[in-house]
Amino acid sequence: MTLQPDAKRRSDTAGVHRTPVSPVPLGHDVTVQGLKKSFGATPIFQDISFRLATGESMALVGANGTGKSTLLRCIVGLIPVSGGTVEVLGQHVNEATPRDMRRLRAQTGLVAQKHNLVPRLSVLTNVIHGFLGHHSGPRYWSQSFAPAAARHAALAALDKVGLAHLADRRADRLSGGQSQRVAIARALVAKPKLLIADEPCASLDPSAGEEVMDLFFRLMREDGVTVIFTSHHMEHALSYGDRVLGLAAGKVRLDATAQSLSVKDLRGLYD
Amino acid sequence: MTDTSLPQRLERPTALSFLIYAAVIIVMLWSFQGAGFSADKVLSSPPRFGDFVSRAFPPNVEPKVLLRLFWKMVETLQIAFAGAIIGIALSVPIALLAARGLIAGQLINTSVRNILGFIRSVPDLAWALVFVVAVGLGPFAGTLAIAIDTIGFCGRFFADDMEAIDKGPSEALTATGATRMDIAACATVPASMPAFVSTALYALEKAVRSSTVLGLVGAGGIGIELKVGFDLFDYPTAMTVILMIAVVVLGIEAFSTWARKKIIGEQR
Repeated sequence: MTLQPDAKRRSDTAGVHRTPVSPVPLGHDVTVQGLKKSFGATPIFQDISFRLATGESMALVGANGTGKSTLLRCIVGLIPVSGGTVEVLGQHVNEATPRDMRRLRAQTGLVAQKHNLVPRLSVLTNVIHGFLGHHSGPRYWSQSFAPAAARHAALAALDKVGLAHLADRRADRLSGGQSQRVAIARALVAKPKLLIADEPCASLDPSAGEEVMDLFFRLMREDGVTVIFTSHHMEHALSYGDRVLGLAAGKVRLDATAQSLSVKDLRGLYD
Repeated sequence: MTDTSLPQRLERPTALSFLIYAAVIIVMLWSFQGAGFSADKVLSSPPRFGDFVSRAFPPNVEPKVLLRLFWKMVETLQIAFAGAIIGIALSVPIALLAARGLIAGQLINTSVRNILGFIRSVPDLAWALVFVVAVGLGPFAGTLAIAIDTIGFCGRFFADDMEAIDKGPSEALTATGATRMDIAACATVPASMPAFVSTALYALEKAVRSSTVLGLVGAGGIGIELKVGFDLFDYPTAMTVILMIAVVVLGIEAFSTWARKKIIGEQR
């Protein structure tokens, strides 16, 4: 597949449409080089390379099956890579021990397509679980035993997503939009440096989806969190991402600033 | 043009399926022969059964007997509840070790599952005999037999339940840096709770049924009354015991069905 970028944008010789990303402000939170992943004999992607600056927001776009979700999971070490290197917050993910990975993950957050809350537990308990990377053990298993500071911090996180009044409600009694907002509160409560969001509004209706995305990125920007998110909404990719990385046929086909792109450019990834 | 003919009602069996059908019939006949199956005995049994019923009815409802049987039934239920509660409580940590991909490695998973398989393969009456030898005659031996039988049953099914849950919440907690124990406690066990309740209620029903016959081997409960009733040809008392067991087991089943609907129906 070949992209046809607008005339105002440049293409490099490797067939990847690139525009220079804004000058690196503080360093890089994520560096991916020559990353490969295959499941058995089936290759998912190969030779994926990119760097993500601190505080930057990157949209990962591409058709179904191009490995966007797999790439996100490789970055936080939830699944092993088949080749290449991933460095996140100064930690080489490939070489990390389980303890190193736990330490690294304590500084990252994940919001998935489905909220993945524990259904039978209260909203407040679910948010307190966001601290488990920093504080392991029974005191953080339930809001009933949690230290006062954790309970207050969790309630403040819920307040930020507008759900403090539902703190004692069971998670399985919430609507889809409310659940995703609780998942955002859980991901943010421990103040992560990097946040991974895999189609955070995929399971929501358009109105709830817009609401969740607005809230999500407002909070990210307030806290200066680095974000990688996937989305099939081209408008979301362009309005919420500082940068857009496009995958097609298992390779990077587009790496450019969002400002330099239009919806038409992204459509080419789905052809 | 498309073929519009109807398929045959019955498909011709393949050579392999024919061999399997033949093997099943041979095994069935062989089993009947080994089990002493006799059509004569089946046909001649109704008069003998009728004779037993005529001698057993009316059941013995003397107040003194009923009171004695009542307390034996209470003891039976105590054995069942105590054994089931101990067994269910111990099954949770054992199942955590048996469930693949949770807190323990594959070697421990396999070893614990094999031990649970061994426990299940030994019938509860055999466990009762073992505990009668170990701790002496009486209800404590029966309680231990019920407890170990419950561990074999619940340990396996709790582990299966935990392996089958939606992995999303566990992944979300893994991504926060939670330890395996935190993930098991915060995501796996709470998500498995409705299945645990259902399995535990079945275990309780099973425990009540089992406890009614433990007395046959001296492990306490009302079973001893049944044995004495038949040994002394006191069929009216034996019939009273049978009816009491039926009422209690049906009552526990009804309670279990109600509780399952009430607890799980609301929790899911």
